[in-house]
Amino acid sequence: MLYALLCYNSEEVVCGWSQEEDDAVMAKLGVVHDRLAKAGKLGPSLRLMPTTAATTLVKDSDPPLVIDGPYAETKEQLLGFYVIDCEDLEEALGVARDLAKANPGGAYEIRPVRLFLPGVGAGSE
Amino acid sequence: MSELAWIDAALTGARPQAMGALLRYFRDLDTAEEAFQEACLRAVRTWPQNGPPRDPTAWLVFVGRNAGVDAARRRSRQTELPPEELLSDLDDVEAPMVERLDGANYRDDVLRLLFICCHPDLPATQQIALALRIVSGLSVKQIARAFLVGDSAMEQRITRAKAKVGAAGTPFEAPGPEERAQRLAAVAAMLYLVFNEGYSAASAEPDRAALCDEAIRLGRLLLRLFPTEPEVMGLTALMLLQHSRAGARFAEDGSVVLLEEQDRSRWNDGMIAEGLALIDKAMRHRRPGPYQIQAAIAALHARAERPEETDWAEIDQLYAALERLAPSPVVTLNRAVAVSKTRGPAEALAMIEPLETRLSGYFHFHGLRGALLTQLGRAGEARAAFGQAIGLANTAAEAAHIRMHLDRLAADSVGR
Repeated sequence: MLYALLCYNSEEVVCGWSQEEDDAVMAKLGVVHDRLAKAGKLGPSLRLMPTTAATTLVKDSDPPLVIDGPYAETKEQLLGFYVIDCEDLEEALGVARDLAKANPGGAYEIRPVRLFLPGVGAGSE
Repeated sequence: MSELAWIDAALTGARPQAMGALLRYFRDLDTAEEAFQEACLRAVRTWPQNGPPRDPTAWLVFVGRNAGVDAARRRSRQTELPPEELLSDLDDVEAPMVERLDGANYRDDVLRLLFICCHPDLPATQQIALALRIVSGLSVKQIARAFLVGDSAMEQRITRAKAKVGAAGTPFEAPGPEERAQRLAAVAAMLYLVFNEGYSAASAEPDRAALCDEAIRLGRLLLRLFPTEPEVMGLTALMLLQHSRAGARFAEDGSVVLLEEQDRSRWNDGMIAEGLALIDKAMRHRRPGPYQIQAAIAALHARAERPEETDWAEIDQLYAALERLAPSPVVTLNRAVAVSKTRGPAEALAMIEPLETRLSGYFHFHGLRGALLTQLGRAGEARAAFGQAIGLANTAAEAAHIRMHLDRLAADSVGR
């Protein structure tokens, strides 16, 4: 089963990290990433720019409205996600726990994936 | 990241909003600061045991507010009868607090906190120092290090600035749209001052460079509060794009590396990408402003993988737009650099000669004039211009750069 691991954390905190702090967290996460990749469990994963860089197309009007900023104003923001291949929820939770040890604070939402399009072209440059 | 480091990051992140709310509540900067300090102390004591609260900012405001009221009560007990109106406030503290935090108040709280640092009577350095102290929460020691002055001198500077702000009175009523726009413009200018204080460091000094990171952090904060303001997008983009070059701006020996000579592989791709995304967003609004234009110029430099790929014609156009929007001799001087690339040094020189009276005390004017005269083969005049520049150099690095030009001129004349 594929699971999406949605990474939520306070953007104010994460964007406030110094380069050294950021590097340290990424290095710790990298260890977990490598382990997952070696086990063939790591799908496409990405880290998002801050919500200040976001634009939202609201579809409930015609024509749809373009607004600046993220869709939802939340205390913690969606900052990235992983796609992981796990036997069951228990295993997915284990991965989330490993990631949480490397990068505490915030939350991981674990959502089973219904449709997966691996995509071609984008990001290959 | 250790637990304490995480708490520290959370406290820093929450500070502008929590301080802004406490300032609105207590209407006094020192009281608000003391209350916030107390809340932070309690956070460091209790968060490791109880875990961080779901909403650290609301927690800090709530605890800070109680602590401040307690302190006021203790003080008044030591002196006279308790002021009834202060005590009666205690009952309603809890319930509406968290709710109120989510409201539009937040935005104006942070804006007010930033705005009081922009008081027009305060010289730029005091505005920056005050903002770093009360908005960013840097210690006096840290700020003193960034400004290369002693701790006590900086302490005095901040105390004086606070006194001035206190005497001037702080506007606590919610601002109307026009007033809000004016405050926003003043705050944007102040953030850019903070940024430039870091950016203008003569060498790769980590304490000063940290000011650039801080200004960017506050820029993003401002943009979260005012997500549809193209000039705030422009300012944040401008700071990101300029700061993206931090790793390439200084040589091993600490000397300045000019844009054209920088190792572009050392530019920070993440910052560049974010800066470009913000400009892209800003342009959709079709409300150009000085920050957006400057950011667009920085973007053209960032997009060029090699210096010779720089789109100087477009940069010339953008400076022309900036001259119309925010005319200044320095803008014209910068435009002349682009003109020298597209139309040659003679036209560029003709463009800057009329600026002489206004820029006679400006290092970069004489530096550029010397460079253009050199290109035109007018070595004697070039030497004189560089001589004037060296006398006006603000840093050893600037002087060294001019000396290099003079050495080249000397070598050329010997070789001839």
